[in-house]
Amino acid sequence: MSKKVTPLTARSADPYMKLQPELLSRIHNLMVKGRVLEERLIKMSKGGDGFFWIGGPGEEGFNVPLGLQVKKGRGVQHDYLHLHYRSSSIMLAMGAQPIDTIRQMRTTITDPYSKGRNFVNHYAIPEWNVCPVSPTIETQYSTCIGTGIAQARSKSDGLTIVNGGDAGTAEGDFHSCLVWANRPALPLPILIIVVNNGFGISTPAHEQHGEKHISDWAKPFNMPAKTINGNDPVEAWFAIEEAMNYVRKERKPYMIEALTSRLHGHSSSSGANRVNEPDCISIFEENLLKRDLISKEEIQKHWDENRKECDVAYAQVKTEPYPQAEDIWTDVFVDGLDDSYPKKGGS
Amino acid sequence: MANMAQAIRMALHYGEEKLGVREIFGEDVGAPLGGVFTVTQGLKTAWNSPLDERGIVGAALGLAWAGFRPVAEVQFVDYIFNTIDLLKLCGNSTWASGGKFPTPMVIMTPTGSGIHGSIYHSHSFDSIASKIHGMKVVCPSTPLDAYGLMLAAIKDDNPVLFLKPKALLRAKGEELIPGEPADEKALKDMIDAPIGDRTKWKPRWPDLTDFTVPIGQAKISHEGTDVTIVTHGRLAPVCLEVARDFEADGKGSVEVLDLRSLIPYDWKAITSSLKKTGRILFVNEDTEISNFAEHLFRRVIDEMFYELEVRPRLLCGKAVPGIGLSPVLEYASVPQKADVVRAIEAILAEPA
Repeated sequence: MSKKVTPLTARSADPYMKLQPELLSRIHNLMVKGRVLEERLIKMSKGGDGFFWIGGPGEEGFNVPLGLQVKKGRGVQHDYLHLHYRSSSIMLAMGAQPIDTIRQMRTTITDPYSKGRNFVNHYAIPEWNVCPVSPTIETQYSTCIGTGIAQARSKSDGLTIVNGGDAGTAEGDFHSCLVWANRPALPLPILIIVVNNGFGISTPAHEQHGEKHISDWAKPFNMPAKTINGNDPVEAWFAIEEAMNYVRKERKPYMIEALTSRLHGHSSSSGANRVNEPDCISIFEENLLKRDLISKEEIQKHWDENRKECDVAYAQVKTEPYPQAEDIWTDVFVDGLDDSYPKKGGS
Repeated sequence: MANMAQAIRMALHYGEEKLGVREIFGEDVGAPLGGVFTVTQGLKTAWNSPLDERGIVGAALGLAWAGFRPVAEVQFVDYIFNTIDLLKLCGNSTWASGGKFPTPMVIMTPTGSGIHGSIYHSHSFDSIASKIHGMKVVCPSTPLDAYGLMLAAIKDDNPVLFLKPKALLRAKGEELIPGEPADEKALKDMIDAPIGDRTKWKPRWPDLTDFTVPIGQAKISHEGTDVTIVTHGRLAPVCLEVARDFEADGKGSVEVLDLRSLIPYDWKAITSSLKKTGRILFVNEDTEISNFAEHLFRRVIDEMFYELEVRPRLLCGKAVPGIGLSPVLEYASVPQKADVVRAIEAILAEPA
């Protein structure tokens, strides 16, 4: 379908008009891809095609704009990512294939992120500086210090990105990150992200956190910070762009607190059923349609094509092998195990 | 002869110059102090971190993922307990990522008793460290081994926990570090910072050369035929002294096997020595109940039962919550030379 051309004067007033329609369509497509993938993973978890599920349905509105703006590559010249387990849409926006996440869900040996060893959505991609995602809460805010130091030492505009949830900010690692990123001796180029969905598993944030905004933790350090509506990908796009520009240029940290929904609860441990919270994709579609920036047909096409891609991928993964018992011994040490290493598991 | 602190310092300097070490850090590691045991004095890439052990280990892990081969210090091993899950991440990152993320990093930390360090400066961490699978663990007992193990640790693509026996950091060795001047005072003048104002001081490093002690390789520090002692760290020189005394007094021929590496450990060296002596005593200062040597002890029974002339024995720390400050309490808590003597006498006296 041909789209209406909006006059430049109107474009400048409306942030939606500041992004190219092609980019908006791409963002939508990737958000749908992320949602369809997560729904497939939940279905697999419930259907016995995997075990525990944890993921990011509801965070696509923030995660896709983030993934699209990452300076992707390997080494200090590129961005490092220290992510938590709700980051599938960041990965898809960076170019990851849904089939690989499905492989991890099914624990096949073809899982490129962990060879069937880790929970789903636990990425590890050295070619893109995606550091190993761990189920431990908030430790990524400690490890990000290291790549931040590496980049602070280099002549580069590469930055380190760390994300995690609101509940984890109670952990000391979050505060380690704030202190180390703001050391006068060596400020670090870290984009510190907290995705605030209002819960830590079943515990509401407002019962445990007296601070008005998590981003207020930036104030004692005189560090720039913003709390944004993470359910709006356009607001997220510009907030991330501003933050990245600052960190790339100033070589100092910046904090974003993104308020988002959590559409399927914490994980499969709480049933993973859909809950009644604002849906960033529905909101985005409404915003695009009312501005004639996308057609209903294109929206439907995104849903249909992504569902089909997941169907095909799932069918493929079902033919792929699981790890073998002896695979537990690979990668214990980089240089392998000596013959005398105890392998019997007892007497 | 260099002491162990000087030996490690020289190894780190060699690492800076030849092995690509760019970040050596921890609490009070940089100028002016250069570490509470002076291990990092005068090093050009050493810097002070916040007082935050989790941040230190996390930073080291991130630097390792970026390929920087960092060496980080936790000031005393007693402070490392709040970093356990980060140490586990160090150990499991390669495995969990399907081999995609090597983790070349060194965490060094003073361990054990012997300086009247009371409850929080006397811990042993050896046994807990041995449970962080995927992490290599070394613990030297001589300056030369400390030098060689540190170079091996820096070169290794796995995370290495380098346990420094704090009671031995000031102990001098019997062997020269390759490149070390023979004159002890000359070395001190070259690389020890002066007392007082150090702002203008710069070390003059000897022309050091490579010397690597392979991780996983034990050393027979005293050959013997009647009984094997398997030990490491602070108690290794004590066991060596006992072996020499027994030899001099004609009380028995004691073989001392200094493990040097706890993970991976040199099982072949243990079995080889035991085949020769038929008697084995494990000696370390970590506490009883899941002591690292209890694993070796079990394995000896499982795999070497018919080589044993008498039951194996373990001499180790008492299973109490801490080591008391009073020397009476400390000596009652961790093995002393007299305890080693008694244990050897007993194992030699038992009829086969």
